[in-house]
Amino acid sequence: MSANRVRVVVTGLGATTPVGGDVTSTWTALLAGQSGVETLTTDWIDTVPVKFAGTAAVDPTEVLPAPEARRLDRSEQLALVAAREAWQDAGAPEVAPERLGVVVSSGIGGISTTLSAYDTYRQRGWNRLSPFTVPMLMPNGPAAWIGIDLGAQAGVHATVSACASGAEAIGHAMDMIRSGRADVVVAGGTEAAIHGLNMAAFAAARAMSKRNEDPQGASRPWDRGRDGFVLGEGAGIVVLESEEYARARGARIYAYAAGVGFSADAHHITQPEPEGRGIIMAMTQALNDADVSGLDVKHLNAHATSTPAGDVVEVQAVAKAIGTHPLVTSTKSMTGHLLGGAGGIESVFTIKALQDRIVPATINIDDLDDGIEVDLVHGSNRALPDGDIAAVNNSFGFGGHNATVVFKSA
Amino acid sequence: MAATEQDILESVSKIINEITGIPASEVTPEKSFVDDLDIDSLSMVEIAVAAQDEFGVEIPDDQLKNLKTVKDVLNFIQN
Repeated sequence: MSANRVRVVVTGLGATTPVGGDVTSTWTALLAGQSGVETLTTDWIDTVPVKFAGTAAVDPTEVLPAPEARRLDRSEQLALVAAREAWQDAGAPEVAPERLGVVVSSGIGGISTTLSAYDTYRQRGWNRLSPFTVPMLMPNGPAAWIGIDLGAQAGVHATVSACASGAEAIGHAMDMIRSGRADVVVAGGTEAAIHGLNMAAFAAARAMSKRNEDPQGASRPWDRGRDGFVLGEGAGIVVLESEEYARARGARIYAYAAGVGFSADAHHITQPEPEGRGIIMAMTQALNDADVSGLDVKHLNAHATSTPAGDVVEVQAVAKAIGTHPLVTSTKSMTGHLLGGAGGIESVFTIKALQDRIVPATINIDDLDDGIEVDLVHGSNRALPDGDIAAVNNSFGFGGHNATVVFKSA
Repeated sequence: MAATEQDILESVSKIINEITGIPASEVTPEKSFVDDLDIDSLSMVEIAVAAQDEFGVEIPDDQLKNLKTVKDVLNFIQN
């Protein structure tokens, strides 16, 4: 990498998740091994085979003013809550609007709005629809509302790639800063997809756990008894800045957002490629981009969603691309899988791990599967070494999208 | 018994408060939606949809644009 390339730093974190309504409460819950997954009691629950999910710990409508919340899809509400936290955490930089960007995405968009608006339209007619129906259902809505809220004019983007969306957003935000198009970019992912249709459709894809008798034990990455992912909702947002801009304003710097790697499997629309070639490519590119070696990487927050097919392929690819030494965890064991929100919250967790030098243990591993050589953190949290280290977040999505982001200690 | 103008005003004020956050006490008959209450055209559509649900009175778009003040809405609903 060229020595004079713009370096990107992380200066603000925001999250609202199934285990906490902000970063501090979420991180505390993860370090305590708490699951945010619960049995659902909604009116459609009898129509689907999966009866549980990770609902946001703090309802965004309790945080946002009512006139604002009613114009937002839940995925937009969650994104705005996390973005405002991240922005305040960064010290609300007084950046020129034309130098401020947003890259925030969800995997599915305003699906609950789409479905409820369809019911309204069919049952009561077009003129009973809210005039805000379109901005509530469009997948760029979360990015757009954050852009309006913060006055961002340098470009507002939504990078839709299913469950890789949040990590891909952060990668594109890094590139916006490195290419000189912005000084500050607010980036991450959001999702609010706990709806009967989504639960039914993912169940139809045979992708979800049906461990209805034990919801908190259902998300069990790498455990031999895993039977699918657990749906969660929430948002994770980071504030990224060029190092020069952040240092000039005296910002607190959490970490470097040092490298990103993208690839596509070009293999199957939902199944992982069994040799992990695409994800090895993403990780290798990200390490090269960050100018770090595999040995520098001490921690990896895995995509590992608790599906039979994906979890082991990923860590075997980690062993090949990075090595067996990083402390690997899946925080999805506690939060469930936030789809497009996953890369957002898990980047926040990766950065917190670097900052606090601790890796939260994956819960629910009672009987470790075969073929796993990496150093999985389970049973109890593990400490990270002092000094200059790197940590990695992986996110993969239906469609074969792979995104790897590398963070380095500041 | 028909609703009095005061009842209708209270309901309209409540709708406007829910949609815009403007305190119901500030929604008085002489107020202009645009000049006094800073309510934009899409918010007016939201108010019209809510009023339709509340009073069963449909407000067509070509009539909606003629409703400039709170009093205009009260008259439309009553008539």
